[in-house]
Amino acid sequence: MTESTLIKGADIVGRGRADVLVREGRIAEIGTPSAAGAAVVDADGLVLLPGLVDLHTHLREPGREDAETVYTGTRAAAKGGYTAVCAMANSYPVADTAGVVEQVAALGRAAGYADVQPIGAVSVGLGGERLAEIGAMADSAAKVRMFSDDGHCVADARLMRRALEYVKTFDGRIAQHAEEPRLTEGAQMNEGAVSAELGLPGWPAVAEEAIIARDVLLAEHVGARIHFCHVSTARSVEIIREAKDRGVAVTAEVCPHHLLLTDARAHTYDPVYKVNPPLRGDGDVAALRAALAEGVVDAVATDHAPHAPQDKDCEWSAARPGMLGLETALSITVAALGGPESVDWDLVAERTSRTPARIAALAAHGRDPEPGLEANFTLVDPSRSWTVVPSELASLSQNTPYAGMELPVTIQATFLRGRATVLDGKLAETAEENQ
Amino acid sequence: MKHLLTTKDLTRDEAELILDLTGQMADAVSGREVPKLPTLRGRTVVNLFYEDSTRTRTSFETAAKRLSADVVNFSAKTSSVNKGESLKDTALTLQAMGPEAVVIRHPASGAPQRLTQWVDGAVLNAGDGTHAHPTQALLDAYTMRQRLGGVEGRTVAIVGDILHSRVARSNVWLLTKLGARVRLVGPPTLLPTDIDAWPVEVSYDLDASLRDADAVMMLRVQRERMNDAFFPTANEYARLYGLDERRLGLMPGHAVVMHPGPMNRGMEIAARVADSPRATITEQVANGVWVRMAVLYLLLTNGATR
Repeated sequence: MTESTLIKGADIVGRGRADVLVREGRIAEIGTPSAAGAAVVDADGLVLLPGLVDLHTHLREPGREDAETVYTGTRAAAKGGYTAVCAMANSYPVADTAGVVEQVAALGRAAGYADVQPIGAVSVGLGGERLAEIGAMADSAAKVRMFSDDGHCVADARLMRRALEYVKTFDGRIAQHAEEPRLTEGAQMNEGAVSAELGLPGWPAVAEEAIIARDVLLAEHVGARIHFCHVSTARSVEIIREAKDRGVAVTAEVCPHHLLLTDARAHTYDPVYKVNPPLRGDGDVAALRAALAEGVVDAVATDHAPHAPQDKDCEWSAARPGMLGLETALSITVAALGGPESVDWDLVAERTSRTPARIAALAAHGRDPEPGLEANFTLVDPSRSWTVVPSELASLSQNTPYAGMELPVTIQATFLRGRATVLDGKLAETAEENQ
Repeated sequence: MKHLLTTKDLTRDEAELILDLTGQMADAVSGREVPKLPTLRGRTVVNLFYEDSTRTRTSFETAAKRLSADVVNFSAKTSSVNKGESLKDTALTLQAMGPEAVVIRHPASGAPQRLTQWVDGAVLNAGDGTHAHPTQALLDAYTMRQRLGGVEGRTVAIVGDILHSRVARSNVWLLTKLGARVRLVGPPTLLPTDIDAWPVEVSYDLDASLRDADAVMMLRVQRERMNDAFFPTANEYARLYGLDERRLGLMPGHAVVMHPGPMNRGMEIAARVADSPRATITEQVANGVWVRMAVLYLLLTNGATR
C-alpha cells in the first residue's frame, strides 16, 4: 500500500474545510498538502467523519450464513460509513470460547471491509447459568473486552454480579440486554394501546427498566462498568441519567429504529417491524432523541439483525425479531439529531464514532483525523437524500423497515487504513487483494 | 368491501348492511323445501383452519353450501401444514386453485391480514389469535337485534378474559359503532393495559355491572390461564366472575345472557343460567349461519346479484 490519496475540500467534522493527505494507511498531512501523484478524491461539499463504530452487529457467521456473513455484513457496514463493528456473540456455535471469537475476527480481517471486534458471551451457550471462559476470550488474539448474552438477558442477579466483578480483571465491561424474562414470556410487541388492539402479547417497558435499575445498583455495588444495549424506553433513560449523576460507570446505546419508528407500525402485522426490544411509543422516541443529543445515551448502535426471507415472510408471531441497520444508521441519526441542515457534525461523530470506539476499547477507531493516525474515516454528502430499496442493500438479507422511505445524507466514501472500502457511493471490490 | 378482517375496519353502514342481509338470508332460506340459494353457484370457498373449531368451521361450511358454493376444507391437521409448511406456501398453493374466498382460522393474530398479501380472493377472518373474530361479533349483534329490538342505546357487559379474547375485541368495535354502551368486566389481570383509548367502561365488579345491563356476554376462560397466575383458582374465579342464578336475578327482566361457546359450565356460567330461557346460546349458533351467508354473499358478489 504505497499509494497515497488526497481528499480535497472536505469539511472536517463540521469544523471547516481542509485537504487530507493519506499515505501508507495513515493520515499524512491536513491543510493544504502538496501531493503530486496522489489519487484525488473530490470531497467538495462533503463532511469528513471519523469512521463509524457499531457496538452491536449481528453478522450471523458462523451458523446462519443464509442470512448474513462476515463478508456481506462488513460490506453493509462500509456502505453505512463504518470502519469497525462489534460482532454479537449469538452465532452458532455461540462465541463463548477463544476459538470462535478468533475465527470471527479472522473472517473480518479476510473480508477487509471493516474491522470486526468480537463480543464474547457472558454465559456458556448464552444459557444464563455458568460463566463462559471470559478470561480466555480476553487473552485470545481477538482481545475481547466486551461481553454480552445479547438476545438473552443475564437475568440471574448472582451471575450478573459475578460477571461484572470478573471482567474488572482486564477492564472489560458487560453489555446487558435488559429484559426481565418472566415479564416478556411470549411477548411480541410493545405492551400498550396498540398491542391491546392487535391482540399481540405485550413486552412491557418495565421489563427493561427493572433490569436496568437492578444492574445499575449491582455495577455500583461491585464498582464495575456496565453498558446497556438497545435502550428503548423513556424511563430507562431516566434511570441511566440518575445513575450517571451518581457517578456509576454506566454507558448506554440506542438503536436507530428506536429513534424513528413506533409501535403503530405493527398495525400492518408485517414482521419487518418486529424487533427486540420492540418499537415503542412517541414519548419514548422523543425521550431517546433528547437523551442522545444530551449524552445520557452515549452512542448509536445498529443492532443490525439480518434474517432470511422465511423468517420474516410469515405470521408476526412466527417471525424472528430484528431488522437491518448498518446502511441506514447514519441517515437516521442525522434525522434524529435535527436533520442535515442544522445537525452538529461533531455531535454525530461523538455518538456514532468516538464514544462507541471508547466503549469498545478500539484505539485505532473513533479518532478525528490527525497526522500519524490510521486513516479510518468516512465522507458524507449532507445534501443528498436517498430512497431505501431493500434489493439494493449490500446486506445479504432485506429485512429493512425503511423500504421506500427517503432518508437524509448519503455515504460517498469510506476509508479503512487508507484504502477505500466505498468510493463514489459504491463498494470497492478489491478488498481481499489489499490484505 | 374486499375482505372481512376485523369489525374495526367496518363502517357503521357496512355493519348495518350485513345485519340487514342476515335477516334476509334467514327469511329467504327458512321454510324452503330445499334450504339453498343459487347465489354462489360455481364459486369456490376454502375453509383454512389452523385451529380445531368444529362449530365455526361447520357454520361457515353450512353458510357457503346454502349459497350453493363449492366448499373445500383445508385442515391444518390433515394437510401438508402439519409437515411444517409455511402459511405463505400454503397460501400460494391455495392461490393456484383460484378460490373466490378463503375463510381462515389461525392461532396467530394478524395471520388473515398477512394472507391477503398472498391470495387474490376475499379473505374472511374466522378468528385470529387474540385479535379478532368479526363474524362472531356480527352474529352477537344480530342476536341482540332479535332479542332486544336493536343495539343502539343498549348496555352490554362483556365479562371475563378480555385480554385473550378476540370475541371481546370484535364486539367492542362493532357494538360501540352500532351505538351500544359497552362495559368490560373482569379481574385486572385479564384486562389489557392501556385500554383507555377504547370506547368502553371498565369494571372489576360483576354485581354492580349487571344492574343496568341489557345483555351480558360471558367469555370462555381457557384452562391454560388457570396455571398462569391470572387468578388463584377456578373456584375463586367462578365466585367473583361467574354468572350464577343470584347474579341473573340482579339483571333487568328483559336482559339476555350470551356466550360464544364452548362453555365451561360451572366456571364462567352456571348450568342453570346457560339453560335458562334468558340465554341466547343456541340462537347465537343458528344466527351464525345467516351472518356468514350474508358476509360471503357481500364479499363474493359485492351485493351485485340477489
